[in-house]
Amino acid sequence: MNQWAQRRMQSINQSSTRGNTELSAQGGERRQFLWAVLIAYLLLFLGGVIMVTPFFWMILTSVKPAPELVNFSFFPQDPTLQNYINVLTTSSFERWYLNSIIVATMSTISVIFFDSLVGYTLNKFDFPGKNFIFIGMLGTLMIPTEMLIIPWFTMSVKWSWHIGYVQYWGIAFPGVITAAGIFLMRQFFDGVPNELLDAARMDGMNEFGIWWRIAVPLVKPAIAALAIFNFIGNWNAYLWPLILANSREFYTLPVGLSFFRGESTTHWEKIMTAASLASIPLLIIFLIFQRQIIKGIALTGLKG
Amino acid sequence: MRLTLRQRQIIWAYVFMSVALVFFVVIRWYPTILAFNVSFRDWNVFEGSGPWVGMENYQEIWEDAGKPRSSVTAAFSNTVRYVLFGVPSQLVLALGIALLLAQIRRLAAFFRVAYFAPYVTSAVAVAFVWNWLYQPETGLLNQALDLVGLPQQPFTKSPTQALPSITAVAVWQNLGFAVIIFLAGIQQIPSIYYEAARIDGANSWHIFWRITLPLLNPIIVYLTVLGTISYLRLFALVQNMSPQGTGGPLKSTTTVVLEVYREGFSSYKMGYAGALTVLLFLLILLITIVQLRFLSRRVEY
Repeated sequence: MNQWAQRRMQSINQSSTRGNTELSAQGGERRQFLWAVLIAYLLLFLGGVIMVTPFFWMILTSVKPAPELVNFSFFPQDPTLQNYINVLTTSSFERWYLNSIIVATMSTISVIFFDSLVGYTLNKFDFPGKNFIFIGMLGTLMIPTEMLIIPWFTMSVKWSWHIGYVQYWGIAFPGVITAAGIFLMRQFFDGVPNELLDAARMDGMNEFGIWWRIAVPLVKPAIAALAIFNFIGNWNAYLWPLILANSREFYTLPVGLSFFRGESTTHWEKIMTAASLASIPLLIIFLIFQRQIIKGIALTGLKG
Repeated sequence: MRLTLRQRQIIWAYVFMSVALVFFVVIRWYPTILAFNVSFRDWNVFEGSGPWVGMENYQEIWEDAGKPRSSVTAAFSNTVRYVLFGVPSQLVLALGIALLLAQIRRLAAFFRVAYFAPYVTSAVAVAFVWNWLYQPETGLLNQALDLVGLPQQPFTKSPTQALPSITAVAVWQNLGFAVIIFLAGIQQIPSIYYEAARIDGANSWHIFWRITLPLLNPIIVYLTVLGTISYLRLFALVQNMSPQGTGGPLKSTTTVVLEVYREGFSSYKMGYAGALTVLLFLLILLITIVQLRFLSRRVEY
C-alpha cells in the first residue's frame, strides 16, 4: 500500500507542474461541437439542482412558521426568524459552536506544527532507524479508527480525559498528529532545495530556525491545504466526540445536533433550523476558500 | 567533546520527532495492540481490565450470526451492500460529471462548488435534511411524486427501501470529492494523445475507452479503495437516519460500526464490540488487498 500511495503522490507532483500549461493549450485546440457543450451544460445544471436543492430546502424550512409545513408550499408565505430565536434560546448551540471551534482549532494548529516538522525531518535528515520510523508512522493508516475507540476510551477513563475541561483534549487527542499529513508534508519538502538549507547552516542558523524560517515559508500552500482539511475533518468528526463527551456542555456541533433531534422529533422547522445553524458557518468558509480547497484536494488527494 | 555534523543531525532529527514518536506509540500502536487484547477478554472499560476468555467473544458473534433476525448478520451483509451499491454508483456518476465539467469553460467553478458543497457538510446535518426530504406526506420528495401523479414512497420507513435511500444520501454527500479527483486526472492527460487519436480517425467512444479510461486507472483504483473503506465505516448517516438510531426498520440499515457502538457503548459489552472491530479491520484489509491486486495495472505513458 505504501509503495502504491507513494507512486501516486509522485505522479501528482510531476504532473501538477506539467498540467497547467497543457490545460490552456488543450481548451483551444480540441474541437468542441456546440450541441455537445449544450448537453453538457444541461446535464450539469440538472445534477447541480439535485445537489443544491436539499440545502435550499433546509434553509427555506427553517424560516417557515410550523403550520406552513403541513399545508405544503415551496416558498415560505410568511417568513420568520422565530425558529432561530427559539432554537438558540432553548438549546446550548452557542456552547456547541465554542466547543467545535476550540477542538478544531486546537488540533489544526497541532497538526500544522507537528506534521510539517516530522515530514521535514523525514525528508531532509539522515539518521539510523529512518525507514523503520517512517513505516511505523505510515502503517497506522491501515488501522481503522473504529478499532481504536474502545482502547482510547479505556485510556481516557484511566487518565480522566473524559471529565471537565480536559474533555477538550479528550475529544481532540486522536487527531493532533496525522500520518497522512506527515506523508504529505514529506512529499512537499522535496521541493525545498538542500543547498538553501546548507547555506543557512553555514551562516550558523540552528536547525529549528532553518525549518521554521527557511523551509516552512516555501511550502505554505501545502500547509494551508493541510490546515483547511484538518479543520473541516475535526469540525465534522462525530463518532469519537459522541463517545467521549459526557455532558451536553461538552458536545461538539454534530453531537449536539444529533441529541437535539431526539428532543424535537417531529418539529421539522426546528430541526432544519438547527441543521442550518450547524452547517452554514462551514459552508460560508467553504465558499470563501473554495478555490484553495478544491485545488488542494486535486493536488493532494487528501480526504478532508 | 565536539560532535560531528552527522551526530548533531541525528540528535536534531530525534528531537524533532520526539513528540510524534510518543504520539504514535501511545495513541496509535499501543491502542492497536490493546484492541486485539480487548477482543480476547471480557473487558470492563471502567476498570481498564478484564479476565481472558480466549475466543469466546468471537464464538458469541458466530453463534449470534446463526440466530434468526440476527443483528450481526444484518450488520455485515448490509455493510457489504452499502459498498456494492454505493461505490460503483459514486464512481460512475463522478466520472460522468468530471467528463462533462472538462467540456465546459464558463460556470465551471460554479458547478464545482455546487457538487462539492455536501462534502464539507456534517453528516449529521445531511442526515436530518434528507430525513425531512424523505418524510411521508409532507416531505418534498413525496410532494413531488404527488405532483406528477406517482404513488408516495416510504423511503427510510420501509425495510426494503431504507438501505438504498441511505446509500443515495451517502453518494450525494461524497460525490464531490471523487469529481474533483477525476477532473484533476482528466486535465493531466496530455492533449497530444487526443490529437494523435483524432488524426488516426478515432471517434469519441474509442477515445474514452482506449485513452481516457486506461490513463485514469490509478485514480480509479485510488477512489475505489478510499470509497470502499468509507462505506465499510458508515455510521453517522445510518445512526441519524434510522428510527431511534438503531439501524432499523427491522435491522435493514444497521452497519458493523453501528453495532460496535450499540454493543460497546449502550450495552457495555466491550469485549464483544472489540471483537467486531477486529473483524471490521480484517474485512477492510482483505478487501483493500484484493482491490489493489486486481484493479491496478501498470500504465505506460
